[in-house]
Amino acid sequence: MAESTPIRFELRAGALTAVPLAVAVGLFGVSFGVLSASSGGMGALPAIVMSATTFAGSAQFAAASILSSGGGPIAAIAAALLLNARYLPIGVSVARVLSGGPLLRLLKAQLVVDESWAIAARGDGHFDPGRLMGAGIVLWLAWVGGTIVGVIGGEALGDPAALGLDAAFPALFLALLAPQLRSRTALSVAILGAAIAVVLTPFTPPGVPIIAAGGAAFIGLWRR
Amino acid sequence: MSGTWAIVAAIGLGTMLIKAAGPVLLGGRPLPERLRGIVALLAPALLAALVATATLGEGQSLVVDARVAGLAVAVIAIVLRAPTLLVVLAAAAAAAMVRFAGALM
Repeated sequence: MAESTPIRFELRAGALTAVPLAVAVGLFGVSFGVLSASSGGMGALPAIVMSATTFAGSAQFAAASILSSGGGPIAAIAAALLLNARYLPIGVSVARVLSGGPLLRLLKAQLVVDESWAIAARGDGHFDPGRLMGAGIVLWLAWVGGTIVGVIGGEALGDPAALGLDAAFPALFLALLAPQLRSRTALSVAILGAAIAVVLTPFTPPGVPIIAAGGAAFIGLWRR
Repeated sequence: MSGTWAIVAAIGLGTMLIKAAGPVLLGGRPLPERLRGIVALLAPALLAALVATATLGEGQSLVVDARVAGLAVAVIAIVLRAPTLLVVLAAAAAAAMVRFAGALM
């Protein structure tokens, strides 16, 4: 436990585990940069600032696509924040392991993203703070670095869809999901969550189906 | 231009506050047992929802396109215990090939 695994070791372990994901995240950062720097996008500098401060791919892509398709600012902000609302329960889940004063905890909380959270999860509801921060730092650098490369590289990358980058998203999330399906309860919750998301997609703004799918976790109240 | 920066600021600050709410307000307080049971299941629920919407979602409509082929290849790669990067690259390559083949027809 804590005595046998120093935080420095866990930081490095988290960082190393995140490297393959960081390559993928970096590529998404590149495509976010390309999309934003091209005509109709939000512009190069706003894209880089957004990656550094928001640090949430799905929310940023949602905002970018709504803006480029002529959607209003309120719709873009709402969609992005709704997509990020999942970080409320995710933040609560890691609250116990983030040490330090309020400001330090606020900063550490920014490194909590889907991927670093999954890497730090021990599978029993506990999280390793070292792995969480190590993975978060590597992923943040990849995301912001990728965005910078993207806005500089511009259209040189080509069409992200033609390169199949949009199919990389579900593959990445599935690769993160697979190790979590250790129990039949987790499998049921996953199937229910996916079903809720699919059913709600035509009727709700993007992002809402994902939050609603979190309701599937309430199965945990009466099943162990 | 100022509108763009307002959007960037709103999403950035909003996200920071959402992420920090739990850690700053709760601190080291343990979660109740029942809540912990729910929280442990949030990851599979949300990740499965993300898989579904990222595969089939196109705005508010559901479409079956090359991403499904990519996901199928990802499933095979995961079953074969391929590293994550290989899973992601194989899925992207499969989707790109399906699109390329579709463009030829």
